[in-house]
Amino acid sequence: MVLKAQDVDKTENTREVLLAVDDLHVWFELRRFGFGRAGYVKAVDGVTFDVHAGEAIAVVGESGCGKSSLMKTILGLYKPTKGKITFDTKDLSLLDRKGMHWYHSHVGYVQQDPYGALAPFMSIQKILEEPLIIGGIKDKEERKQRIFKAMEEVKLSPVEDFLPKYPHMLSGGQQQRVVIARAMIMGPKFLVADEPVSMLDASVRVEILRLLRGLQETHNLSVIYITHDLSTVSYFSERIFVMYAGNLVEKAKVRRLLDNPLHPYTAALLTGTSEPDAKNADTFKEIPPGEPPSLVNPPSGCRFHPRCPKIIKGLCEVQYPPEFEPEPGHQVACWLYKE
Amino acid sequence: MAQNKLLRIEKLVLYFNTLHGSVQAVDGVNFSLDSNRAVVVLGESGCGKSSLAKAILRLLPRNVGTYSGHIYLDGKDIMELGEEEFRLNIRWAAMSMVPQAAMNALNPVMRVGEQVAEPAIIHLGVNKTEALALVQKMFQHVGVPADFINRYPFELSGGMRQRVAIAMALVTSPSLIILDEPTSALDVLTQANIFNVLKRLKKELGISFILITHDIATSSELADDVAVMYAGQIVEVSDAHRFFDKPLHPYSQKLMDSVPRLHSDKEPDFIVGRPPSLIDPPKGCRFADRCPARFEKCVEEPPEVEQDGRKVKCWLYV
Repeated sequence: MVLKAQDVDKTENTREVLLAVDDLHVWFELRRFGFGRAGYVKAVDGVTFDVHAGEAIAVVGESGCGKSSLMKTILGLYKPTKGKITFDTKDLSLLDRKGMHWYHSHVGYVQQDPYGALAPFMSIQKILEEPLIIGGIKDKEERKQRIFKAMEEVKLSPVEDFLPKYPHMLSGGQQQRVVIARAMIMGPKFLVADEPVSMLDASVRVEILRLLRGLQETHNLSVIYITHDLSTVSYFSERIFVMYAGNLVEKAKVRRLLDNPLHPYTAALLTGTSEPDAKNADTFKEIPPGEPPSLVNPPSGCRFHPRCPKIIKGLCEVQYPPEFEPEPGHQVACWLYKE
Repeated sequence: MAQNKLLRIEKLVLYFNTLHGSVQAVDGVNFSLDSNRAVVVLGESGCGKSSLAKAILRLLPRNVGTYSGHIYLDGKDIMELGEEEFRLNIRWAAMSMVPQAAMNALNPVMRVGEQVAEPAIIHLGVNKTEALALVQKMFQHVGVPADFINRYPFELSGGMRQRVAIAMALVTSPSLIILDEPTSALDVLTQANIFNVLKRLKKELGISFILITHDIATSSELADDVAVMYAGQIVEVSDAHRFFDKPLHPYSQKLMDSVPRLHSDKEPDFIVGRPPSLIDPPKGCRFADRCPARFEKCVEEPPEVEQDGRKVKCWLYV
């Protein structure tokens, strides 16, 4: 078992790093009366990770933990306050307009709410054609071919029937397929999926996740899958990052994290996730009290310490824990694992 | 038999008139509920489960076509009551509701304490001071700090607002509360906390719940019984233990297979196709088109079969 895990680690190391995020900070300024500074919302506060080519990663966290800000910064929609994002060895902050065009043609974005993400006044054909026009594909015939190919890939067939339709004429699952087709149409190397199934019915969820995984495998895509639902990650990703109040608190392989969570917050998330079992009704769950802290004035030291059942007094509330690696390939930012 | 049931619904029908025809949102629903129990109504979106909740509480929109059947509450048919009597003695007095997206259902310009006190003032006839004292007590039950009573909804987090909405349903001490997707917009930990609150209310105050949801995994947190709804009809009614172990109806089985699990490598499955339109639902079994176990019989309307105290509407069990 151990040997096998090391083998996988080795193959991973030989894969090239596609996206590198280094000590990323994204702070939003709070203004008072339009000019005075009232402080910062520290949405992302020192996040570091690598994504290899062809690797699927899940970022798990509750709402307000900064996971969407992290993604939007990676997509180039927000400017980092501090830190660096490198894509394919190029530093994003150094790219000019043309460079950003190049970058955007290599990353796809699957939004959370498909209905909100599709313009209601545009037909499916127009929606899919727009990125191609912006991407500089002038030949009409080629655009058409690309649209057909993308629609077939997301299994919206017969394609001719769907193209003239408007988003409101499709079901939620079909709308999400259009969003995925749009994300895939420029042939990206890298896909960001922000809660792609949270607005869908349980029976459709699995279908969409399978579709995404199929695309990831056939195109050797790197994917960052953002979610708050731990139960879906094991079908989709290789590694999980757990995010709490702007920091990544634990990073590990999916199975290892689900079977042996190290950070008390991860453990709480796992306890909180239900499985269909009638015995659940007879017991109360042990959940840490309280709610995630405000990102304007986060707690000192470890940000989880006010809710943590395993707090070490005099240490956790004073100093932010560095990243420890109690087992190879499993990092955790928690003082419990200080050698 | 009928006497010891808290709620018994018989042949409940609710059709809406639309430009495209009559929408059969609730079509001949039967089920019953004992006191101090919780029944979960499971179904996909558009299967009529929210309409069922509205039909029980008679919170109807204007375009109602047909609204018929019997709802016995404590042995009394409340369908026969006049609107005013229903409003005074049933809605919120005997049963109340936590609406879908309840956290956004609060009035933004009223302090939460006053909002929660309102049903008590109207239904219990107490004055404001007494009502606010009652609110304090309810806040304690649902775990809202007492000093939140003077806050406005925007000053509360989503989980706290949800608790306030539950307190509002509780304040008149009804015997039944209908919860429509109470936690679907909340985070995992908040969700688990809310279910802890609901379990405690059931244990300490002896309240019954109807929980309407599409989330099978979390529904098991509260369920004593399960009713599965498909295209306006209840297709299976069972106790929770046997249901979560092995559901009977092919639709329930498929739903159960679609649930992702944390500690298993079994691939979740999905249901091919889409639920039928409720305007002109197919003849015979409504699930037949998507059913893996379909056979000749399925073109006819399946009967409701009883098997060891479980009910299933499927030809396979005849």
